[in-house]
Amino acid sequence: MSFLGFPREDGSVGVRNHIGIISVVVCANDVTLKIAQQVEGAVAFLHDQGCTQTLVDLDQVTRTLVNLGKNPNLAGVLLVSLGCESVLIDEIREKIAVSGKPVKTLGIQKTGGMLPAIMEGSRIAQEMVIKASTIRRETFDDSYLSIGVKCGASDTTSGLISNPAAGAAFDLIYDHGGTCIFGETTEFLGAEHILMRRAATPEVKKRIEEIVTRMEKRAKMMGVDIRGGQPTTGNIKGGLTTIEEKSLGAIVKAGTRPIHDVYEYGNKITKKGLFIMDSPGREPEFLTGVAAAGVQIIIFSTGIGAPQGFPFVPVLKITGNPKTERYLSDHIDKFIKLSEEGENTIAQAGEEIYEEIKAIASGKKTKAEVLGYGQFSNIFTIGPVI
Amino acid sequence: MIKKKAIVINSKDNVATALDDLKAGEVIQEEVDSLKKNIKLNQDVPFGHKFSLKEIPSGSPVIKYGEIIGAASKLIKVGDYVHIHNVKSNRGRGDIKGGSQ
Repeated sequence: MSFLGFPREDGSVGVRNHIGIISVVVCANDVTLKIAQQVEGAVAFLHDQGCTQTLVDLDQVTRTLVNLGKNPNLAGVLLVSLGCESVLIDEIREKIAVSGKPVKTLGIQKTGGMLPAIMEGSRIAQEMVIKASTIRRETFDDSYLSIGVKCGASDTTSGLISNPAAGAAFDLIYDHGGTCIFGETTEFLGAEHILMRRAATPEVKKRIEEIVTRMEKRAKMMGVDIRGGQPTTGNIKGGLTTIEEKSLGAIVKAGTRPIHDVYEYGNKITKKGLFIMDSPGREPEFLTGVAAAGVQIIIFSTGIGAPQGFPFVPVLKITGNPKTERYLSDHIDKFIKLSEEGENTIAQAGEEIYEEIKAIASGKKTKAEVLGYGQFSNIFTIGPVI
Repeated sequence: MIKKKAIVINSKDNVATALDDLKAGEVIQEEVDSLKKNIKLNQDVPFGHKFSLKEIPSGSPVIKYGEIIGAASKLIKVGDYVHIHNVKSNRGRGDIKGGSQ
């Protein structure tokens, strides 16, 4: 049982070999995007953060950017700053460079504005792409896989079909010694008692309770019913009535194995097993969180049909909704048909998803990758913009 | 083989999920408390949405997956369409003083 991946200096294995053009602050997004558009083999990571925020958020943004840079799907990194932002680009560069991959920086103010910055950045990226193109795929056993899971634009078919199928695949990854990461803490509300029973230790059990209480408190601080925000308007249209119903259907996507630990958002996870990353349910923030954790591929279960991918992590779209499969086939990689046998369908679908993950890990492209859907990400922050 | 019109996930559930767009007046056969029962739908129930298998008094738990998914906000009769108009959430209720759990 093996796949073909790109070996990295720090011992991790990439399934893609991109050069990441990473904006460190919202003000550098435009230049970052232009460089990535100019250079074949480069991808942009854009977000809205990096300045005029509280120190708690600046730490979270810095940590996330560092760990995104370390993601094994990136062979090299060019960090782009404006020059006067609160996050410290040299600190981010030094911390990514520990992984052994090439990291360069570019400052728009220092370089003389947008046009010279695009030119200089494109030249740096061009060099990096050529160097990376000489790295060859090698055979690695399945324990090198690190996979995230997400559900989005959920309806009732998510909880019945595509989430249990994703969960069956997660169990297989776990059983082969790999790393499995899930989150979306808001979607634990009403189902946390089930997750707590699966905690590997009493400390992990306590941590699950803590992050759920914290997320619920944050939502309630706004003084309104969570419904409409969670479940979303689309979820409600899809038949989901309450956050409890959504959560009970959502947690099954993480399978059935013991939960080894709980991490704060944006941390790197190098251990093997099943882990939670505290994170919100919204796509741009969640996908960034698990990419920072170091996953190579994300399984994305959808009901109504969510098209998003991520700039440098392939996102495998699955659905159990036959209408979505028909109308949104440009975005759905795999349809899971529920037969009368129920249980067997799910176990078999889990095996098929597992095989698909290995095919993607070895180079097969997802629909979101081919269409380039998923250019606009974000980083989860807690406090206000000040 | 006749296509199943609805699914009950757990034997404790008091609601079923429609596997097709179902119409008011349609009769659905489901097992309730180990007995086969004919449930006549009081309203249309779209694909993926829920209807009641039992009478659920206002304030009583609505159960799916064998777990509580909320509470009835008014009396729900057998065969009623079950959704946001007659079920309230117990969680994330910033609109209620002291709010939920």
